[in-house]
Amino acid sequence: MGDSSHNGPIIELRSVSKRFGPLRVLDQINLSLNLGQTTVVIGESGTGKSVLLKHIVGLLRPDSGEVFFHGKRIDRRSEQELVEIRRHIGFLFQMGALFDSMSVAENIGFPVLEHTKCTQEELDRIIAEKLRMVGLEGLQSRRPSELSGGQRKRVALARAIALDPEVVLYDEPTTGLDPVRADVINELILKLKRELQVTSIVVTHDMASAFKVADRIVMLHKGKFIADGSPEWYKTSDDTDVRRFVDGRAAPQDLEALNVQIEDLTK
Amino acid sequence: MTNDLTTTSAIARSDGHWARTRRAVDRFGDFWIFAGQTAWWMLRGSLLPQNWRLLVPQLYEVGYRSLPVILITGAFVGMVLAVQAIEQFRAVGLEERMGAVVNLSVVRELGPVLAGIMLAGRIGGALTAELGTMSVTEQIDALRSMGVNPIRYLVAPRVLACFLLTPTLTLFADFTGALGGWFVSVIQSGIDSGPYWEYTREAVENFDLFSGILKGFFFGAALGLISCYKGFHCRAGAEGVGRACTEAFVTSFIAILILDYVLAVILQQISEHFWGFRSLL
Repeated sequence: MGDSSHNGPIIELRSVSKRFGPLRVLDQINLSLNLGQTTVVIGESGTGKSVLLKHIVGLLRPDSGEVFFHGKRIDRRSEQELVEIRRHIGFLFQMGALFDSMSVAENIGFPVLEHTKCTQEELDRIIAEKLRMVGLEGLQSRRPSELSGGQRKRVALARAIALDPEVVLYDEPTTGLDPVRADVINELILKLKRELQVTSIVVTHDMASAFKVADRIVMLHKGKFIADGSPEWYKTSDDTDVRRFVDGRAAPQDLEALNVQIEDLTK
Repeated sequence: MTNDLTTTSAIARSDGHWARTRRAVDRFGDFWIFAGQTAWWMLRGSLLPQNWRLLVPQLYEVGYRSLPVILITGAFVGMVLAVQAIEQFRAVGLEERMGAVVNLSVVRELGPVLAGIMLAGRIGGALTAELGTMSVTEQIDALRSMGVNPIRYLVAPRVLACFLLTPTLTLFADFTGALGGWFVSVIQSGIDSGPYWEYTREAVENFDLFSGILKGFFFGAALGLISCYKGFHCRAGAEGVGRACTEAFVTSFIAILILDYVLAVILQQISEHFWGFRSLL
């Protein structure tokens, strides 16, 4: 952003609340992210993890609370005023969200063409470089429909980093992939941090992935953060909700609900 | 107890109506904001050469690819009109004046309205499905996250293509409509070609042609905007996209009929003001 004078957190959310109809998705959320750190947000499906991510780039606006990027408030900015911020943030969507009317090369080149004036040679070089970074050299002319799920996510990641962003937001990067492909994505997240010094936020419910990439893990439960600590802390914590999620065990009330149904059926 | 229940459900129902009415008003306002932004980007976008490359594929899709169905629609409208009218005209011995009525109806009303409805089905459905799928698969969010305004990038070129090409396609429908009417009246029913066209020339003024084209502009803008709006606000899943397409078509259809009525009244006033009453028979 050319705003190195600001030394505070790169992204900050102050008591952000968001509701959809009667459903309170985020409830007075506070979060600040430091430069170069990878923060993982964990929590059950439907607890508003993706919603949180979308607030950071202004895809959603908080009902109340404030969002800062490099110390500047962004949650009240118009779409036009957000363009400048969004250039510096890459967003990897859950299903990749590749444009299916375009080839792989056109997808990756798209943000570059929209925001810079570069020649065809430069563009081709950028596309080839980003594809090499995600390990998919030579797939330029493929269509998204011809790619596997894992490849699609990697192309989407190449597109997200096409403009060399300072921050990359990952929305469930390993969901729907087998453990091996998921680990390729984990390695990529670590590689981007190492080589490009990006600040990352990873939303996931995949604990293996969380432990591997995180410097810090925060847990979202019923619209609030209920835990915040290092991966080591999560491994040893004895908080019931945290333990249950980390170990992947159903809550007693969920099990009870299952029992009732089965008893009803056997009556 | 039953009384209690009925009152509560009545309250719940009235609350439901109120909430639904409010949502409908919300959406209506939302639509006009969407329309305003689109109009702004249509104007601004047309001044920026980098946006023209977005327009060309849409022109091809809306214009060229719709041409066959528009030509067929026009031809059959003209033919059916002639088939229905000819007996009545024969009965009063005025069959030579067929051309006036058939061609005037085609140029003023049926050409633009049926071309508009045909396009609402063909283009509207396709636009809604395309944008709806993009919305559901987060491609529209992806555009925004990359700092690209989806209204400029997706909506403005599509609506502009509909706006510019519906009147053009209307002219094609007019043309085949006139041919169809001529075919049934002159070739099939043996009306004399000379007087047929002579009465047509007397009846159909430039103003009639103009009013048909003007309607085309309005219909094109309406069907483009409605279809894109419905696509943008599509609910998730295959069912959501399907429902959005149906809603887009039905809403466009009704909008075209309402616009047609309003424009017919206004254009009639203008015509009477400048040229007075014109008799066809």
